[in-house]
Amino acid sequence: MGLLSDPNRRRALISLLTRLNTPICIVCYMAGVAWFMGLAFEPFTLRTYMSENAMGSTMVEERFPAGERALATGREFSAHKKRTGGMPVEWLMKTMQAKGLEVFTQRFSRTLPFPDENKERYMVRGTNVYGILRAPRAPRTEALVLSAPCSPGDNNNQAVGLLLGLAEYFRNQIYWAKDIIFLVNEHDLIGMQAWLEGYHHTNTTGTFCHSRGGSIQAALSLELSSDIITSLDLVLEGLNGQLPNLDLANLFYAFCQKIGVLCTIQGKLQRNDWDSVSGYSHAVQTMMLMVMKQASGRPWGDHGLFLRYHIEAATIKGVNSFRQYKTDATTIGRLLEGMYRKLNNLLERLHQSYFFYLMPSLSHFVSIGYYMPAFGLLAVILLLRALDLWVQLSTPPQRTEDGVTDIEPVRGVLSLLTPLVISHLTGVALYMLPIRFQEMAVEHFPVSETEAVVLTAIAVYTAGLALPHNTHRLLSGEGTEQGWRVLKLVAVLYLAVLLGCTALINFSLGFILALTLVPVAAFVTPHVPKVLSAFILVILSPACTLLFSVFFFQELQEMPISFQDGWLLFLSVISQGILDHSLYGSLVYPLITLLVYPCWLLFWNILFWN
Amino acid sequence: MKIHHFLSLFSTYFLVDGVNIEDRAGQFFSSGHTNNWAVLVCTSRFWFNYRHVANTLSVYRSVKRLGIPDSHIVLMLADDMACNHRNPKPATVFSHKNMELNVYGDDVEVDYRGYEVTVENFLRILTGRLPPSTPRSKRLLSDDRSNILIYLTGHGGNGFLKFQDSEEISNVELADAFEQMWQKRRYNELLFIIDTCQGASMYERFYSPNLMALASSQVGEDSLSHQPDLAIGVHLMDRYTFYLLEFLEDIHPASKTNMNDLFKVCPKSQCVSTPGHRTDLFLRDPGSVLITDFFGSVRKVELTMETINLTDPIEQLESAESGELQKEMHTYADQLPVSEIIHQKPKQKDWHPPDGFILGLWTLILLVFFQTYGVKHLKHIF
Repeated sequence: MGLLSDPNRRRALISLLTRLNTPICIVCYMAGVAWFMGLAFEPFTLRTYMSENAMGSTMVEERFPAGERALATGREFSAHKKRTGGMPVEWLMKTMQAKGLEVFTQRFSRTLPFPDENKERYMVRGTNVYGILRAPRAPRTEALVLSAPCSPGDNNNQAVGLLLGLAEYFRNQIYWAKDIIFLVNEHDLIGMQAWLEGYHHTNTTGTFCHSRGGSIQAALSLELSSDIITSLDLVLEGLNGQLPNLDLANLFYAFCQKIGVLCTIQGKLQRNDWDSVSGYSHAVQTMMLMVMKQASGRPWGDHGLFLRYHIEAATIKGVNSFRQYKTDATTIGRLLEGMYRKLNNLLERLHQSYFFYLMPSLSHFVSIGYYMPAFGLLAVILLLRALDLWVQLSTPPQRTEDGVTDIEPVRGVLSLLTPLVISHLTGVALYMLPIRFQEMAVEHFPVSETEAVVLTAIAVYTAGLALPHNTHRLLSGEGTEQGWRVLKLVAVLYLAVLLGCTALINFSLGFILALTLVPVAAFVTPHVPKVLSAFILVILSPACTLLFSVFFFQELQEMPISFQDGWLLFLSVISQGILDHSLYGSLVYPLITLLVYPCWLLFWNILFWN
Repeated sequence: MKIHHFLSLFSTYFLVDGVNIEDRAGQFFSSGHTNNWAVLVCTSRFWFNYRHVANTLSVYRSVKRLGIPDSHIVLMLADDMACNHRNPKPATVFSHKNMELNVYGDDVEVDYRGYEVTVENFLRILTGRLPPSTPRSKRLLSDDRSNILIYLTGHGGNGFLKFQDSEEISNVELADAFEQMWQKRRYNELLFIIDTCQGASMYERFYSPNLMALASSQVGEDSLSHQPDLAIGVHLMDRYTFYLLEFLEDIHPASKTNMNDLFKVCPKSQCVSTPGHRTDLFLRDPGSVLITDFFGSVRKVELTMETINLTDPIEQLESAESGELQKEMHTYADQLPVSEIIHQKPKQKDWHPPDGFILGLWTLILLVFFQTYGVKHLKHIF
C-alpha cells in the first residue's frame, strides 16, 4: 500500500509529525537564518558577468575632454539657482538650447497629505526642464535618460554641470542610435514622478510632456556635490524594493574597473579577504544594508521611480571621502560616456540578466534561486504548524460529550469570524484614521500635523492591543479549545500566504517580517504564560520590528545613534512611509496596516483567548 | 624536287609543331573550368556581429580584385553595418583597426540584403530553383564548367549554421544541396570555406565529387575574433578570415600559388582554433590546384600562329603519380564510386561506462544474493 493511503503508516507519520513538530520547527528556523547568513559567504556567491551580448565588453574609446568646463557650468548653475531661489528655468533652457538640444519644460504641483518635516515642504510647485538630443540618423523610437536633481542649497550643482557638459559632447557625435533625454528635475522624487507620469501619459499631477523621445530603454541619475570625487557609489534599490536588471550594475562595475575609479555599493568598499571573520562580516553588513533598504520600499535615489515602467535605472553618487586617490570630473564624464555608448548598442530592453538578486559586494551577487530557500524554510514552519493543528482538530475529542460535538463546528466558525473582522477593521482604522483626523488632533493637542499623524497611528496601534479583552464580550461565552485552534489554523495559513506573496514581490520585506512573525505564529497558544508571551509578542510585532530595524540600520551604516534620536527617527520613518504611499504608491504602509497588523492581532487574540 | 623537299621539311616541321601545339593544348585545358562564380554569405545581423559582414566583404574584395566580376558574384549580407546608426564612420566597414582598410569601398554590389538572406534563398540559389521572376543578379547561373567558391560566415555549432538569429541550415541539407548541384551539372569544381565556430562539422557530410572544403575550427572549438577597434566599439574581423585576407592580398592574377599554401593559412598559433580542410572528394591533387582557379577569373591566353585541329578529345596531361591510386577524371555521365573515394575510418563507437542504474541493479542483486545465502559464500568467489 502507498505511504499515505495505508492507515497504519499514516498514523505513524501523523504521530511523528505531532511528536516532532516543535523540534522540526526550531531546526527549520535555525536553518533558514543560517542559510540567509551564509548567502554573504563568498564561495556561495557568483561573480557578476555581462549577460547581454549586445553590450559586450567595455570595448569603447572614451574621449570626453571637458570636465573642467562642466564644473564651471555647475558653478554658474549654482549662482543662478541662488538668485532665483529655486530652479533657474530660463537659464537652463537657454543653456540647453545653446548646446543644440530640443528643450521643453513641464510644470507640476502637488499637495502632500501632511507637511513633510524632513524636507520641509507641504504644497509643492515646480518645473522640470528636459532637453532631447535627437539621434542623427535613427528613428525616434527609443531613448536613454540622464538626469540630475536640482536640490536646494549647494547640493548637486556639479551633477547638473556634468550633465550639461556631457550634453554638449554627445551632441557632436554621430553614433547615437537612440534619443538621449537630459532631465533636470525639481523637488527630486516628486518632480521625477510628475515627469514620468507626464512622459507616459498616465494619471498626471503635472501637465503632459509635449515632446517625447520614444520608449525609454535605460536611465541613470547623477548625484555629485563636490568638485573632487574619490569614489562612486551605485544605488540600485527602487520603489517597493524593485531592482534594476543586474546587467546595469555589471556595466557600471566593468567600466569602473576599466577606467580605474573606486566604486562602492552601499557606501562600502570591496574587500578581498573573504575567508577572514572581518571580511565575512563586511560582506554581511553590505548585504544587510541592501536588505534593509529594499525592505523599506522607498526609492533610494531618483532612479527608483523608473523601475515601475520597466525602465532599468540606477543612481550614481559621487562621494568625497578625503582619500589620497582622487578622480576628476573628466574621468567621471568618460565613465558615463562609456556607459552610454554601451547602452546605445542595446537592441532591446535589458532582460538577459537577473531582476531579483542580492549583492554582498559589487562583484558578487546572489540570485533568487539561492536566497529563496531561506524564506522557504521559514514558511515551512507555518505549514508544519498548520498540519499539526489540522491533525489536532480532526482527532475526535477524548471526552464523551457527543452532544456538544455537533454544535462545535458551527460555533467554531462564528467565534472565528468575529476576531477576523475586528482585526481587519482595526487595520483599516490604522490605515485611514491618522490622515483623516489630523486636523482634529492638531486642534486638540499642541502638536504639528506630522506629529499628529504619527502619534495617531501609534495610538491606534496600541489601542488595538486592548481589543481581545473586548471581543469576548460579544461572544456568548468564553472561547473553547476548538475555537482557538480553528482561529490559529486560519491565522497561520493566512500569514503563510501573506508572507509568501510579500516575499515574491519584495523578498527583504517578506523575510524580515517572517523572521519576527513566524516564531509568534508558531508558539502562541492560550496556554503559554500570559505576561511573558504578551511581552514577547509586542517585541515581535511589526512596529517594534520597525523600531529595531531603524537602530540596526544606523548601526550598519556605522552611525549609531542614541535612543532619543532613534525614537525621533522612528517617528519620521513612519511619516515617510505614509507619504511615500500617498505620493508614489509605495505598498509597504498599506501592507503593514491592512494585512500584517490584523494578522498579528489575530495571534494576540489567540493569546488572550481565555 | 627541291620544292617537294622543302615542302616535306616544312610539313614535318609543322607536324612536329602541331604535335607540340596539341600537347600544349592539352596542358592549356588541364584545369577543366571555363568560368568562375562566387557565393559569399554573411548570416548574422545586429551591430555586435559587425565582424561577420567585414569577413564577407574582405573575401568579396579579394575575389573582385582577382577578376571575378559582380555579375558572377552572389553577395548575401544579412545586415547593413555601413549604414547602421551606431557606425561612427558611416558608409564604411573596416577590417583592420585604426581604420586602415575599408572593405566596403565604392562599388559594392549586394545581391541579397537584410531579411532576404534566408536558408531557403541560399538553397534555391545553389540548386537553381528560383522563381522565373528572379532577376539575373540574384541567380547563380553556373554550368558544368564553372568553378564555384562558396564562403559562409556567421554563428554556428556542431552540424549547423545559424541564419539571422531565427533559423538554421544543417550540414546534411548543405551536402544534399551540393549533390543536387552535381546532378544538375551546376559546377565543375567547388571550394567551400566556412568561418564559424565548429566549422568543420559543416563539411563532414559531403558526398559529391569535386568538393574541397576549408573550415576555421574543428568540432568542439570556437572560432575567435581578431581585434576590436575602440573607436567603433566592436570586433572587426574573425581571426581566420583576417589571415586569409592577408594571404590573399599577396595573390595576383598571374600567381601560381596552390591550395596547399591555402591550407597553411592561420595555423593554431595565430588562430587559436585548429583550421581544417577536406580534400578526399576532390579528384585533382590539391598541389596542382591554383588559388586563382577559385578566387580569380583568370583568362588564360596563349598566342599562337598555328592552327590546331581539335578533333580528338584532348588527352589530359597526367602528372607523374606514384601510381598507387589511379584517379579517373569523372565526367557527369559516370557514376562516382563514393565508397572507394572516401576513405572513411569506421566510426568507433564510444565506450560508455555502464550506467549508474545498471551498476546499481547489479549491486542490488549481489547484495540480495549474499544476504540470502550468507556472507561466507563470498570466500568461494575470492
